[in-house]
Amino acid sequence: MEKELVKISGLSKSFKGFKALDNVSFKVFKNDVFGFLGPNGAGKSTSLRCMLSLIKPDSGSIEIFGKPLNKNRSEILKNIGSIIEKPDFYTYLSAKKNLELIARVSGKNVSRSEIVDILDFVGLKGRESSKFKTFSHGMKQRLGIAQALMHNPELIILDEPTTGLDPQGIIDIRNLILKLSQQQGKTVILSSHQLSEIELIANRMVIINKGKTVIEGKVSELLNNEEMLVKIQVDNPKKCLEIIKASFDQISEAKAMQEEVEMVMNPKLIPEINQLITKNNIRVFAIEQKKKLEDYFIKTIQSQN
Amino acid sequence: MFLKSTYNEIIKIVSKPRSYIGFAALTVIISIILLAMKADGEDYISFVTASFEQTLSFNGKILNGNLVAFIILQMLIIHVPLLVALVTGDLVSGEASMGTLRFMGTKPISRITFILSKFFAGAIYTFFLTIWLAFLALIIGQWVFGTGDLIVLNSDGLVIIPELDISWRYVYGFCLAFLSLFSIACMSICFSVFSENSIGPIVTTMAVIILFTIIGSLDVPLFQSIHPLLITTHMASWRSLFEMPVPMEDIFHSIYILLGHIFFFIAIALWRFNTKDINT
Repeated sequence: MEKELVKISGLSKSFKGFKALDNVSFKVFKNDVFGFLGPNGAGKSTSLRCMLSLIKPDSGSIEIFGKPLNKNRSEILKNIGSIIEKPDFYTYLSAKKNLELIARVSGKNVSRSEIVDILDFVGLKGRESSKFKTFSHGMKQRLGIAQALMHNPELIILDEPTTGLDPQGIIDIRNLILKLSQQQGKTVILSSHQLSEIELIANRMVIINKGKTVIEGKVSELLNNEEMLVKIQVDNPKKCLEIIKASFDQISEAKAMQEEVEMVMNPKLIPEINQLITKNNIRVFAIEQKKKLEDYFIKTIQSQN
Repeated sequence: MFLKSTYNEIIKIVSKPRSYIGFAALTVIISIILLAMKADGEDYISFVTASFEQTLSFNGKILNGNLVAFIILQMLIIHVPLLVALVTGDLVSGEASMGTLRFMGTKPISRITFILSKFFAGAIYTFFLTIWLAFLALIIGQWVFGTGDLIVLNSDGLVIIPELDISWRYVYGFCLAFLSLFSIACMSICFSVFSENSIGPIVTTMAVIILFTIIGSLDVPLFQSIHPLLITTHMASWRSLFEMPVPMEDIFHSIYILLGHIFFFIAIALWRFNTKDINT
């Protein structure tokens, strides 16, 4: 049976009459890479801030490692590493000094050699003594990850960790998260606007919108791999649709647009459909499988709105 | 955790260039006063003592290091708090505007410990600024002008304090100055907890000092009742140590009032920070 690591129940928070969180509930299990999704202003950061005791909720409960956060704050935070929004550090201190300073209040013994190692690990070797204010955005992000990991926490909360990173940096972070989860058994809560990122690495997710939990569950179950949106760009969409409909009954939501045919289907059928329409002298310009999570996310949010 | 956090706070203060503005400003201002005293001090003193020369005869070196230190303290006691507030007013709000309060808030250090360590670091900074003030005014003053009896002009008249009776008065005087400056530091840290930008608490502290100084100097019945409660009234209590006899009761009263302010500001800051949502 999966071990519950985080249990959020009925969390609500208002700011001057505006309800930022309205009865939000979800669970994160040990070893999860948990995707935390929602449009801007949905309440993602507020939820994460509540979990890190930066914000006190009006009602509801937060249990982490099986203990209520409000009664075991220090003990719980000792085992959490986090980046909330952008990584901000003391601009007038070097990367190493910043980490030394944070290590002193991390509740665990972090040696200087461990700090040097973690800086090396996130790719900041050689810049240990550079002041934070001289860092590029990507380097700041890497330092943020270093401070989140240096005390070897059990739970890692990353709020938009790939923002501002170059493609290689994004891949590095993705691989790092997978490594933390698969090799070191860490639990990662990952909030991101990069839906493709979540799709690639998260095993469970929650979508929140307007401060409310919309849906929560396993990514594989929610996305249903058997079905996805397929768009076929052709020279005669109407004729193409008729031919496809006549031959395949496993498709749904099929419609002919100005330059393309759109339908929900099992992607395994794509080669057969391609063969069929070309046989009928319809020219195919492109076949696109739209990103599933992006679609699912937009659909879910639209149905909410 | 408290000591580790205090150590962190000291590193932050030591690493910030603005922390040295107070030391630099004191050095420049006191150097200018010492230079002016060296050049025209005798004329300045004879101008002050002229009214007594018909009845009294002054022998020996009136312009000495002890007198210069007294003049410097009297001139600067209202201004040094502004130099203190420049650093202490930024201790919490500076972190809020920089965003570092956010990640410090996620660490397993209690909010009370975090704020108390800021007050303690503020006290250490104030202590060293006071020591620097004492060093420049008294030690350098005595080195440049030598020592001698101290002649102080009070509202009651002239007080002449023998040279051997001066040192302890300055030691306690600088202790009182430290207490006054620390009460201002506490006020600025308290304002800092309520703010999310660096400038606000510093300007507010300066405005309060100026306002209280003006109210204190207005001799109208409306403000008489609040005079004894104002910090600025008791910031000048060090002067009482240079009276004969020393009014110990008044001095202790000032100490209690200053300590009361310190505890009040710390309590307000702790309450506010402990209940505050960190949204920056």
